[in-house]
Amino acid sequence: MTGLAPSRNEVDAKLRQILCDVLGLDPSDVADFDGDTGLFGHLPELDSMAVAGLLTEMEDRLDIIIEDDDVDGEMLETFGGLLAFAEAKVIEG
Amino acid sequence: MYVDWPCPSRAGNIGEEMALAFDRKRDKRLLVLPALFDEANKMRRLTVEVMRRLNMSGIDCFLPDLPGCNESLAALESQTLEGWRAAATAAADHFAATHLLTIRAGALLAPDGLPGWRLAPTSGRQVLRAMLRSRTIAAKEAGRDETMEQLSEAGRTMGVELAGWPLGAALFAGLEQAAVPESPMLTTVEQSDLGGGVLWLRAEPDEDPDQADALAAIIAVALLGDGH
Repeated sequence: MTGLAPSRNEVDAKLRQILCDVLGLDPSDVADFDGDTGLFGHLPELDSMAVAGLLTEMEDRLDIIIEDDDVDGEMLETFGGLLAFAEAKVIEG
Repeated sequence: MYVDWPCPSRAGNIGEEMALAFDRKRDKRLLVLPALFDEANKMRRLTVEVMRRLNMSGIDCFLPDLPGCNESLAALESQTLEGWRAAATAAADHFAATHLLTIRAGALLAPDGLPGWRLAPTSGRQVLRAMLRSRTIAAKEAGRDETMEQLSEAGRTMGVELAGWPLGAALFAGLEQAAVPESPMLTTVEQSDLGGGVLWLRAEPDEDPDQADALAAIIAVALLGDGH
């Protein structure tokens, strides 16, 4: 993780924790997620209600607002996509 | 175990609702106000497991159905936040509760004057936001274009069905305005105090005996530790 700004590490860690909580996954499995790990459409637990919980929890814990228009297949498709989205929102906020 | 209790209806009559009760006429009597909507399903098992543990520890526990929820025959569409608060107060009186535990948005319904705990209290707005969002995501998948703002406007004026829950305009508007109340008599228990994952966020209802142990221990130690 060298070379990342602290805030970036923090967003990464929080996002992994949220995914653990929402999906009920083992933290060691989520620790192995990389940028290409598939989320929506790949994890059966992640239905539309779970996505709604995930996004609302991200708003709470990252102190961001996620608009309707922000939500698309790309941002939810991979862990890397979701992390990039979260980082951009945190910087914007 | 399951008992009826007299619950005031919106029309001013007294109706009947059910409650899950562990009642052996003991001194410590805990009223439990459940989470709402989808979270109620996700948290039901944990809630009841905590009650079972407290019962074994010598504490009476009561989990009332709110009108329009769970086994209630009343229509959810016609419920209001004020009506639910009145129901919670009536349940506290009927069961002679000495203490209170609220789960998630159950904190919005807390009767005055009861000391106790609230597990991860949340505002009505946050509860609605997750439900609004699940509907907009499902709509998007189905090729329909709905926004949270449009759905909120519909909710306020004529009611709206969210995630399978038909919410009337009065309930929707009430929830939108409902912040977690200041309650010096209630201790907030956060998820981090229990450890483990957040059960109300799971896609499917789940259970966690360790979390039930942890929450029951917090309550039992406080209630029985003072020379019961």
